[in-house]
Amino acid sequence: MDMKQHCVKLSVQPSRGLVDEKFTVLVQNLLPGFQLTIHALHQCEDGHSWEAFAHYTANATSIVNVSQDPSLGGTYSGVEPMGLLWSLRPVPGSKTGLRLRKMNVQTPMGVTISVYQGHQKEGFLDQVLLASVVVERWYMAPGVRRVPITEGRLTATLFLPSGPGPFPGLLDLWGWGGKLVEYRAALLASHGIASMALDYLTPKETGRMVDNDYFETAYRVLEQHPQILGSRIAMLGLSFGAGVTLRMAVYSKGLKLSCAVCINGSHVQPIDGPLEQIMTYFNKNVEKTRFDEDNQLICRDLMLPIPTDPSLKVDVGRLQCPLLLVVGEDDQNWPTYESAMDMREMMERAGNSHLLTVLSYKNAGHLIQPPFTPFTRASTFKSVTIPPFTMMALWGGELVAHSRAQEDAWRKTLVFLRENLYGDMKPGALFSNL
Amino acid sequence: MFHTGPPVVSVHPSRAMVDEAFKVQVENLPPGSPVTLHSLHQSEDKDYWEAFGHYVSDHRGTVSVADDLSCGGTYTGKEAMGLLWSMRPVPGSREGLRLRKLNVCIPQLVNISVYSGHVGVGFREQDPLASVLTERWYMAPGVRRIDIKEKGVRGTLFIPHGPGPFPGLLDMWGGGGGLLEYRAALLASHGYASMALEYFNPAEVNTAELELNYFETAFNIVRDHPQVMSDRVGLFGLSLGSIVSISLAAWSSVVKPRCCVCISGNHTHARGGTIGDVFNEFITNVHKVRMDENNYEIWRGMGLPIPDDISQKVDVGKINCPILLVNGDDDQNWPTVESAEDMAQMMRAAGNEHLLTRLEYPDAGHLIEPPYSPHFRATKFLKDGQKGYTASI
Repeated sequence: MDMKQHCVKLSVQPSRGLVDEKFTVLVQNLLPGFQLTIHALHQCEDGHSWEAFAHYTANATSIVNVSQDPSLGGTYSGVEPMGLLWSLRPVPGSKTGLRLRKMNVQTPMGVTISVYQGHQKEGFLDQVLLASVVVERWYMAPGVRRVPITEGRLTATLFLPSGPGPFPGLLDLWGWGGKLVEYRAALLASHGIASMALDYLTPKETGRMVDNDYFETAYRVLEQHPQILGSRIAMLGLSFGAGVTLRMAVYSKGLKLSCAVCINGSHVQPIDGPLEQIMTYFNKNVEKTRFDEDNQLICRDLMLPIPTDPSLKVDVGRLQCPLLLVVGEDDQNWPTYESAMDMREMMERAGNSHLLTVLSYKNAGHLIQPPFTPFTRASTFKSVTIPPFTMMALWGGELVAHSRAQEDAWRKTLVFLRENLYGDMKPGALFSNL
Repeated sequence: MFHTGPPVVSVHPSRAMVDEAFKVQVENLPPGSPVTLHSLHQSEDKDYWEAFGHYVSDHRGTVSVADDLSCGGTYTGKEAMGLLWSMRPVPGSREGLRLRKLNVCIPQLVNISVYSGHVGVGFREQDPLASVLTERWYMAPGVRRIDIKEKGVRGTLFIPHGPGPFPGLLDMWGGGGGLLEYRAALLASHGYASMALEYFNPAEVNTAELELNYFETAFNIVRDHPQVMSDRVGLFGLSLGSIVSISLAAWSSVVKPRCCVCISGNHTHARGGTIGDVFNEFITNVHKVRMDENNYEIWRGMGLPIPDDISQKVDVGKINCPILLVNGDDDQNWPTVESAEDMAQMMRAAGNEHLLTRLEYPDAGHLIEPPYSPHFRATKFLKDGQKGYTASI
């Protein structure tokens, strides 16, 4: 049956939201039984197009509400309010190994949501378009200020929340890809935490890796900032950044953290000597990496088995602040699960396991990102080692489980940070699903 | 539990359309604390507007404006949007101000703060406990703004995002003149291709030489646009714009509006003549203007009594499209309710009353604008190049 174009009404509320906010997609004025496809399209900063789509059939009420009605097929199925975002994938014909990351956080991500007649799978540009709206997804809330940091030798950007402050602070670290990635710090600032995205790997002058004093400088910049509460500073790290976070939390005299969050990282690293030694340690074990049947590199075995030698692990038994570990059990890049289990054992033996919360997610992979970030099971990765190498890294995870993990982990991370940075000073484990 | 962290104020959604509600919350206060929620906005004219409400936090240290009662301030009671609609110029401002957004491509920025205690004055001299910025938008993402200058018609067309075609609207304002885009932008954000029409310069209403054919040309520009459904174009007017809409609906042989929305309009003028003529006809009874206790001009007397002579009125019996009249019972600018009543009678006699819907709001005034806009009891209305004041309650 054919639908007059003007009848179909599509709305997405809110039309402008933060990237971690949910929206409601509503299609109205349909005829009962009408088949439609809802399609999302996003063109990212490097020009690639990403799309998601789902098939719906209007029921007797003539309305399709994505938050309540099931998708009958497409890039996601079932009732998935945010499926149009987290199931985004490169359009057919795109390069392989792409990953969606916003580098300019001062502008929103624009997503075009459209309604097409019938249950379509491809060739959307040639189909009958019934309605379309544009939705903006922002990493920065109104009033959040972006401040490039030029002190010391730091490569960093500070995001200050809206308002006079003072605010708790946070150091935000990414992994082995280097570059200054700002979006998570911008989002945390949108939640009231003055966050500094810190690049510690891209060699600026000599090509030598930074050491402890680099992080201590970054910490001091936060501590001394007139709008930041010096006594309430946290550290958050993903992947290699998680390992650095643990190292600083335990061994650095210059850092006094209120709490730490480690996403898919490990405590396994040589603790004597400079940070650079960690690279050497990994290079020594490089023959333990392997390729799967799709020629994607699996790095998790580099650090396995978890060593018993104490000089090769951060002594988390000496940790004095609350620690949240986020674990993707299908992490193919780092042995996150095994590391978390070992850390728990160390802390139980040392008597400080009340500080530990572990959030462990079955079938989630390495890249646990802010909610609704499109899932990437593998992507092209260029390391910052010297010499650098590019390969297809297998991150692991399964689309739906990983997307659920992102949503759940972010919410619980915000609660953890809020309790430890805004609440009273009594430390305690909040919850654990193990 | 003793919270040692700072209070946090939040607004959801932080970016919204101007006609969308928001939720303002404060958390992490000590339980049972008296606080003041305050809004501050600097207009495009650089004036400051503010509103505030007095609250007491609950046992969890939370205040929720949508759920709790304000016990004092510029609004009281349970008013989720009170911090917007009760805004008024800060003490010491110039008189007769009106808040209107001219640049609709960027949002209205409002600062929401929380102060300790029940404060009524001197917000600038104190530090708030916390504060957050929120954006209010007239244009949804993807809406396009197009300058129109053709066939002598001046206006701005706003087209919704999408394949179209869309139903259309011709949007007309009142006797103040100039070009106001915000309502057309908002209507486009709701799916209507809307053109804000300029039809005379500010303060030049009494010399405006336009006749009905100007509006017919404007209507056809909307109707003939490739992204507009030519058989679904309506009229939307406020005050003088409503008068034009009613006239077109009844008298025009050229345009056939699909429907009309007329806010604070009337039908009491004779056929023919320019806009200036119409306006001057209204003010021939200038001796009937009264002043209220603040020396603001009350014009409504000029429009009374509604004439019985049909040649002095628009023949609304000839209207053949649905028409919605929106009026305030307390309109001091013009007797719009009396006019609506007379229109209903005329339409009853002519047999087309089924097309008429009337919305009348007790204690509402002349300037019925998009929701949550601050209310103005009286504003400056320029006439004859001099500054007079008109009471529009």
